[in-house]
Amino acid sequence: MEVTLQHYLAVGAILFTIGVFGIFVNRKNVIIILMSIEMILLAVNINFVAFSAYLNDVSGQIMAMFVLTVAAAEAAVGLAILVTFFRNRGDIAVDDASVMKG
Amino acid sequence: MLTGIAFYLLAAVAVVGGLMVVTAKNPVHSVLWLILTFFSSAGLFVLLGAEFLAMLLVVVYVGAVAVLFLFVVMMLDVDFVRLREGYARYLPLAAIVAGILLAEMIMISLVVVQGGAAANAVTPAVATTDMTNVEAIGRVLYTDYVYIFQAAGIVLLIAMIGAIVLTLRHKPNVKRQKAHDQVNRDRKTAVEVKGATTGAGVSAEDLI
Repeated sequence: MEVTLQHYLAVGAILFTIGVFGIFVNRKNVIIILMSIEMILLAVNINFVAFSAYLNDVSGQIMAMFVLTVAAAEAAVGLAILVTFFRNRGDIAVDDASVMKG
Repeated sequence: MLTGIAFYLLAAVAVVGGLMVVTAKNPVHSVLWLILTFFSSAGLFVLLGAEFLAMLLVVVYVGAVAVLFLFVVMMLDVDFVRLREGYARYLPLAAIVAGILLAEMIMISLVVVQGGAAANAVTPAVATTDMTNVEAIGRVLYTDYVYIFQAAGIVLLIAMIGAIVLTLRHKPNVKRQKAHDQVNRDRKTAVEVKGATTGAGVSAEDLI
């Protein structure tokens, strides 16, 4: 049961795919879409860290850290927009989001 | 051997948790499954020798982002049943796209591992160095990547300001402190000298 780089890449690919799948099937629910985006970024992080470990180069982990930073910022701003949208509309259906355009 | 068992266990939990995130009926359950996924991924990071990033994942995601999601999901009174409309309609298309995407990525990763730079790397080469993971990250982060590190700080600052600006609202009937007006008060506007003759005494009407 040797764990190789492929195994980690496969886990990353599966998580990425699940994230894309989640965006497709839950396209009315912004909260689930945001969670799916977080999962996609997690898959990217897994790939970064796996390559970093197997190539013995710590730069990959630095990049994963920056991805983490951007993901946290994105979640904060996304949820803030969601709260504001809910206050104005009383609902979070994405189909109605076109009313936001000026 | 033990590493293999741990890997397969953590990977399976992460994938099952990820699937439950997108298929759970209740968004609160979705958030909880998301926490499980992130926790298992943190375990995978530990297996890879990236302890610092694993702890960062637990603190940032499980501690902050997931709780933020949980707050928003529980605070907003949303009809989640209506939001699940069209789930079955989009399922075939989503399955096709996801299947193609997964096949492509697995194919590419196999090719990369066979012919790329990682072709000769069989095991994670973390045990060879005597530096700890945190020390290794710190040595690179504050030297080679110091500008991008500062940029990450600015990104977080802007995100914080943006979130506050978006969600802050002033109610019209609530009195608020006006610090600028308070600081700019001076003697001319705050106090007034009223003339009163000596020894005559003062009545309340004189002062109005």
